Amino acid sequence: MIDLTGIELIVIGGSAGGIKAITEVLKPLPKDFPVPIVIVLHRLKNVPSTLQSVIQYHTLLLVKEADEKETIKPRCAYIAPANYHLLIEKDKTFALDYSEVVKYSRPSIDITFECVANVYGNKALGILLTGANSDGASGLLLMKLKGAKCYAQDPKSAEVSTMPQSAIDIGATDELIALNRIGLLLKQAALKIS
Amino acid sequence: MAEAERYVIGEVEVERIIEVIFNKRGIDFSGYSRASFSRRIQRITDRDSNGDFEIIVQRVSEDKLYFDQFLKEVTVNVTEMFRDPSFFLAIRKKVLPELGHHHKIRLWHAACSTGEEVYSMATLLHESNLLERSVIYGTDLNSDVLKKAKNGVYSAKNIREYTTNYQRSGGSGNFSDYYQAAYGNAVFKEFFRKNMVFSEHNLVTDGSFNEFNLIMCRNVLIYFQKPLQSRVIRIFKESLAPGGFLCLGSKESLMFADDHDAFEEVDATQKIYRKKLVV
Ligand SMILES: C[S@@+](CC[C@H](N)C(=O)[O-])C[C@H]1O[C@@H](n2cnc3c(N)ncnc32)[C@H](O)[C@@H]1O
Repeated sequence: MIDLTGIELIVIGGSAGGIKAITEVLKPLPKDFPVPIVIVLHRLKNVPSTLQSVIQYHTLLLVKEADEKETIKPRCAYIAPANYHLLIEKDKTFALDYSEVVKYSRPSIDITFECVANVYGNKALGILLTGANSDGASGLLLMKLKGAKCYAQDPKSAEVSTMPQSAIDIGATDELIALNRIGLLLKQAALKIS
Repeated sequence: MAEAERYVIGEVEVERIIEVIFNKRGIDFSGYSRASFSRRIQRITDRDSNGDFEIIVQRVSEDKLYFDQFLKEVTVNVTEMFRDPSFFLAIRKKVLPELGHHHKIRLWHAACSTGEEVYSMATLLHESNLLERSVIYGTDLNSDVLKKAKNGVYSAKNIREYTTNYQRSGGSGNFSDYYQAAYGNAVFKEFFRKNMVFSEHNLVTDGSFNEFNLIMCRNVLIYFQKPLQSRVIRIFKESLAPGGFLCLGSKESLMFADDHDAFEEVDATQKIYRKKLVV
């Protein structure tokens, strides 16, 4: 079960199959969903991108690409821009970083999860979705060590199970949730805190 | 647990190393954004002292040779040719025709790193028959990356990607005409370098040094806090001829700069601006 009491940020990572999965997660959420959501998906670089509009099409929640120095606010789902790592400063603003790829990826899910762990500690909730590599697992573990609530998509429901399975293997998850239940549970949990 | 122990660099350590670097080496990183800077220090600490931060502090203060190495790693030097091809396409369409009106064209790539962006721009100028009339300045804080930029030798393993980027940027020639393959490298041809000048310039402390028709400064403002961003934009304002172009990185903007009023948008999506004729 998901409990959003005291949660100030939700962070979600995914790779192969991740666009479809994230739209499914966001679909049930209302426009005024009270906790900001940060989304890191592996994506193509150096091509014009439609990711923001594709995701926006499926949800009432406002979807935007994170800008550098932007203050993180509720009622918004932010996506990591292509070809930058998405960092978070102590004052809960975004920072972008064009440093080396990590696990062949930029944006790296691990890096954003690590920032969330360091800035939000036990006031964060992390979810790792479908994907074909192990990015995100060690970041999720750090979140867990700092007291965050950590979930993975149930690998049985994942288009590619490597990513959630890697998190499970290192003990980074509190619970597994089937993809078609994640959005619903978030929605119900939001009702309880509002 | 090993994961958690890896993180020895917190706020206190970051402020301390910034102070040590300034006091002992005279380089000021206090205006840099902390999230990225702290990751750099963490990375260096992991690699050079197996996680022992005190050793890094000591070596930075006492060992000049070590500090030179440290300085190369503490800023992010990643770059690529034709990063954001749609940006370079906009340069071809909207900027080069305007630059063509000048007899002599002066360009400044501020924070050019190893020069891939400079050679990308030189390719565009060449294909518009403007390279002969241009002088391109490439500057960076880090003297080591500038040496690489001067040589124009890049690893062949990236060339396929760069060729695709080049084509997406509107390039219709044979990209392979521009370099010679040698020992796993692509050596860019001599004619590119004829009009290039590389030199050290620190955006934190140095000022304007010439008047330019175009300044390109991409993916360095993201590392600066707002007051430092503002300072840098002021230098650019002072360094641009009236009507001169300013090009920023795809996720950067003039929003936080005191002088944003001095500029108008040429292409908001591609982050191309122009200094107003009357400021
Ligand atoms: C990520 S690279 C950007 C390279 C290129 N412009 C691009 O977008 O691909 C950032 C560069 O900024 C340089 N830099 C950082 N601080 C600087 C400063 N204070 N003055 C000048 N250059 C600086 C770094 O040395 C590095 O080479």
